[in-house]
Amino acid sequence: MPNENKQCGHYEKLCAVLEKNENYQKFKVYAEHILGLSNNSLEKTIAIAVALCLVCAVLVSLAAVALKPLQINNKEQDMKQNILDVAGLLEEGKDIDAAFAEKIEAKIVDLETGDYVENINAADYDQRKAAKDPAQSVAIPKDKDIAHIRIKAKYAKVFLVKEAGAIKSIILPINGYGLWSTLYGFLSVDADGQTVQSINFYDQAETPGLGGEVVNPNWRALWKGKKIYAETDTNEPTLSLIKGVVDNSKPGAQYQVDGLAGATLTSTGVTNLIRYWTSKEGFAPYLNKVRTVKGAKS
Amino acid sequence: MSAVVDSSIINDETKKVLVDPLVTNNPITLQVLGICSALAVTSQMSTSLIMALALTLVTAFSSAAISAIRNHIPSSIRIIVQMTIIASLVIVVDQLLKAFAYDVSKQLSVFVGLIITNCIVMGRAEGYAMKNPPLESFIDGIGNGLGYSLILIIVAFFRETLGSGKLLGIEVFKLTKDGGWYDPNGLMLLPPSAFFIIGLIIWGVRQWKPNQVEKADFKIMSITHGEGGHH
Repeated sequence: MPNENKQCGHYEKLCAVLEKNENYQKFKVYAEHILGLSNNSLEKTIAIAVALCLVCAVLVSLAAVALKPLQINNKEQDMKQNILDVAGLLEEGKDIDAAFAEKIEAKIVDLETGDYVENINAADYDQRKAAKDPAQSVAIPKDKDIAHIRIKAKYAKVFLVKEAGAIKSIILPINGYGLWSTLYGFLSVDADGQTVQSINFYDQAETPGLGGEVVNPNWRALWKGKKIYAETDTNEPTLSLIKGVVDNSKPGAQYQVDGLAGATLTSTGVTNLIRYWTSKEGFAPYLNKVRTVKGAKS
Repeated sequence: MSAVVDSSIINDETKKVLVDPLVTNNPITLQVLGICSALAVTSQMSTSLIMALALTLVTAFSSAAISAIRNHIPSSIRIIVQMTIIASLVIVVDQLLKAFAYDVSKQLSVFVGLIITNCIVMGRAEGYAMKNPPLESFIDGIGNGLGYSLILIIVAFFRETLGSGKLLGIEVFKLTKDGGWYDPNGLMLLPPSAFFIIGLIIWGVRQWKPNQVEKADFKIMSITHGEGGHH
C-alpha cells in the first residue's frame, strides 16, 4: 500500500477515493491481468482494440466539441468578410461584425416568383444546406442546368446594401461547376438589376494560377460596370466571358469580360453559372421586381 | 533501462536520429515516400509550410504514442492500431487548423485528412516506433517530418516563384499581365512539375552522396564476354 500512495503523487485525494471504489479495484485487477497476457492471445487483442478505440474516440470528440464554437465563428466571419468584400465595403482594420450589422441586410427571395419571403428568419437560413434538403429544394431539369448544379434551393438568401434608405447594391449568391470543383460566390449588382458591381468566389478548387485566378483582384475588377442583359425585358442574360481580352472599342464590350488565360473550362463554367443565375431559372424574376419597384418610386 | 544510460545515449543517438532524415536518409529523396502530398500542396509556399508542420507533428506524436504501447500491441492488429492512432491525431490536427488557421485549412482542404495515408507516418510507426522507446521515436518523427518539410519547401519555392512570380503571396517577379517582364510558367502550377523538381533534387543528392544510388536489380551482360562466363 505505501508504494501505491507514492504513485499517486499530487492526486492523493483522488487516489483515496479511487482506492475505495470497488469498480476501480476490479478494473485495476483486470487491466493487470490483460497486460500480463501474451500479446497474441485473443482476449488481449480484443481488450487492446476496445481500449484504444475508447481513448481515440474520446480524444477526437473532445477536440471536435471543444473547437466547434471557434470553427463556427471562423466560418461566419469568413462569410461576412466575403459579402463585405463583394459589396466593396471591406476596410482594413474595421470590425467585420459591426460593419456587417450596420450596412447589410439579409433577405430571403422565392426564386420562382421573385418575391421576398418574410416568414423565414434570414439570419438562420442556410441556402447551401437548403439545397441539399429535398423538402426545401427543387431538381433542375437537365436541359436547363447549364451551371451543372442539379438541385437548387427554392429560396435564395440575398443581401441588400442600403444607403440612406435606398438600395445601393444587391448581392446574389451564385454557384456552378468549373473544371474541378463547384464554385461558390457572390455577384453584386446595382439597384437597376442590370449593372454588375463586383464578383467574388469564396469557395472553389480550380487549378491554382489558372482557373484559380477567379479570385485574382485584377480580374475581378474587370467586372465592374458590365451589363447583364442586352434587353432587360427578355430575362435572357447576355454577359459572358470571352477568349482573350475584351476590345472596348467594339460594340457589345459592356456584355463581355476577359476570359481567364489558360483556363478555358473554368471560364466557360463561370459564364454558365452567371447566365444560369441571372436567367429565369435564377434571379431574373427577382431583379425584374427590383427594377419595377425602383421605377415606381422614382 | 536506468535513466543514466538513457540520457547518455540521447546526445549522440538523438542527433543522428534527428539529422539523418534531412539528407542522408531523407524520406522523400531516398525512401521516395510521401510523394502524393508533395505534388499536391506545393504550388504555394504558405500551404506547403502548414502541411509540413502538420505532418511533422502527426509523425512525431503518433510515433511517440505507438512506441509507448509497442510492447502491448497484438501483432495481428498491429497495423490497425497504428492507423487508428494516426487517424485520430490527423483529425485533431484538422480540427485545430479549422479553428485557428481557417484560411489555410480551406486551401489545404482534403490534403490534411490525407496525411493519414502519407506513407512517411506509417513508415516511421512500423519501421522505427515499434522497436524504439517513445522519446527516440518522437525525435525520429520530428526528424523525418523535417526531412519531408525541407523537400516541400524547396519544391514550393521553385513552383511558386516560377509559376506565379510570387513567394508567400508577395510579388517577386513582376508578371507580364501586370505590366512586368516575367511570363509565368504554367507548368509549374500543375502537379507534374513537382515530379521534375523532386527528380532533379534526387539526382543532385545522389551525385553528392553516391552511396544513396540503389544497386541495379540486374546487370545487363555484354554478349561477347558473357558467353565465355569469364566475368
